[in-house]
Amino acid sequence: MAAGLSPRQQMWAAFTRNRTAVAGGVIAVLLVRVAVGAPWISPHDPLEQDPGTRLAERTAQHWLGTDDFGRDVFSRIIWGSRVSLVIGGASVVLGMVLGTAMGMIAGYYGGKPESTIMRATDVMMCFPDLILAIAVTAALGASLINLILTIGIVLTPRFARLAHGVLLAIRRNEYVLAARTAGAGGPRILFRHILPNITGDLLVAGSLWVGESIRLEANLAFIGLGVQPPTPTWGNMTRDGIEVLINAPWIAVYSGLSILVAILAFNMLGDGIRDVTDPKLRGA
Amino acid sequence: MVSYAVRRILQSIPILFVVLTLVFLIARVLPGDPAVAALGDYASKDAVNALRERMGLNVPLWMQYVRFLADLCRGNLGTSMITHYPVAAQIQKALPYSLELTFSAIGFGFLIGIPLGIPAAVRRNSFVDYFNRVFSLMGLSVPAFYLGILLMLLFSIQLKWFPVVGGGELSNLSSNLRHLFLPALSLGLIMTAYVTRMTRSSLLNSLREDYIRTAHAKGLTARVVLFKHALRNALIPIVALGGVYAVVLIGSSVMTEIVFSRPGLGSLMVGAIKQRDYTTLQSVMVFYAVIVAVLNLMTDLVYELIDPRIQYR
Repeated sequence: MAAGLSPRQQMWAAFTRNRTAVAGGVIAVLLVRVAVGAPWISPHDPLEQDPGTRLAERTAQHWLGTDDFGRDVFSRIIWGSRVSLVIGGASVVLGMVLGTAMGMIAGYYGGKPESTIMRATDVMMCFPDLILAIAVTAALGASLINLILTIGIVLTPRFARLAHGVLLAIRRNEYVLAARTAGAGGPRILFRHILPNITGDLLVAGSLWVGESIRLEANLAFIGLGVQPPTPTWGNMTRDGIEVLINAPWIAVYSGLSILVAILAFNMLGDGIRDVTDPKLRGA
Repeated sequence: MVSYAVRRILQSIPILFVVLTLVFLIARVLPGDPAVAALGDYASKDAVNALRERMGLNVPLWMQYVRFLADLCRGNLGTSMITHYPVAAQIQKALPYSLELTFSAIGFGFLIGIPLGIPAAVRRNSFVDYFNRVFSLMGLSVPAFYLGILLMLLFSIQLKWFPVVGGGELSNLSSNLRHLFLPALSLGLIMTAYVTRMTRSSLLNSLREDYIRTAHAKGLTARVVLFKHALRNALIPIVALGGVYAVVLIGSSVMTEIVFSRPGLGSLMVGAIKQRDYTTLQSVMVFYAVIVAVLNLMTDLVYELIDPRIQYR
């Protein structure tokens, strides 16, 4: 039976056999739906303050309690998912686009462009991600767009290295030589011939770094460099939660837990995708 | 070996140079005028100008850059724009707290992570293997500050075994260790997760090699094959990636320091950003760059020591 399946069907079958990966995928899809449906799902307005019920632990009205301003924690967590997922997704896409472009140019043309670009990535990767992100956010300012830019920039060198490595491996392949013989110029070859062949690897890498991106956003928000209050973000909420940790631990615990679950889900999913597409593991 | 070390150090200087320039530019690009930030919005123009003069901000950018480099060479890291203390002194006070934390976490990670990863590779699909995989996944996914918060909630607040915040007195060993334990544990567990995952996969790869089969065929006991051959070879990528993870850990240590209010470099840096204290920020970032460079250098040296294939003449 397996012999009759196409490679894609085989990959899907292998993927679905991996329960962790499937679980990760299910949770990830759930998170996306929560984020999209926030205005409809959320029982309260996340910004609505109710001074009468400040710091209340679980009540019928407020399933996860209220925070220091009387705002419903559950609703804020639901709305917080929007920020995390938007930044997580958009920054990975940005990093992928920028990094792949840089890496492909470096790998294909070689020479001066290659060494400058790869040196630049070396310098950027000299710093721990978080510290680089802190520095760039401090320079750009903290807003949704800027955070997407910042994390995208931080992720760029990784994609650049990946694309560069792949280019080195395939630039001598026959279809490249054939295209060049037919008279195609550099950019055309890169876009129409090479790019479609490497999108698979890129997507696998991308899926692994969504979790990293969400983590960076949460870290920045926790320091105070994320999307500014009163917009609820999971990092913001954890930070506020720490101030009242002794009296009202649930705020920090649940918002932090959301971050953990999100990162976990995308990591499980990413691992599963990688296991399925990594040729070394097939048949292991 | 020594000549290799010297060569590596010389090689890292140009990169460090570029990094310093980047730090300088970033600090200058930060929004807001530091003189205005220091004096307040209602200060007179003359007062602001006088302060800018004193801060050396009125000269052209390239001159500021030259002064920046000259100062660095002389070990002058400037004066904090907010507290007016010399930055070098602030860093000196904060550095031990950060170094303690980072090195204990890295050490913990290797000491616990490697032994945890070995049985997972040897006995596939056993309970140990399963535990290892779950543990690594969790450790990789948990945000550093969240683990700190959870540990703090359980051990400091509920059980009252450890102090909640602070760094303690460095000179007093008991106080030092009591304040170090939870932060180091939270970072250490994360490092353990990285290391143990790496150990497991590296050892698995190593055990699949032909020479292992040869060793068994020669009649060597399983223990000898494992420790003398497979593990030795598996250690190489573990060390290489361990160095990479250690650098990542430095980033996470900033979060841990904030959660536990530990007065290290991380707290210093974040405080500097909040207060627009560019001099301090700049110098702390330089320090981080140096620490990362040192860590990378150490990784390379250890790597060279344990990989017999590499011959550095």
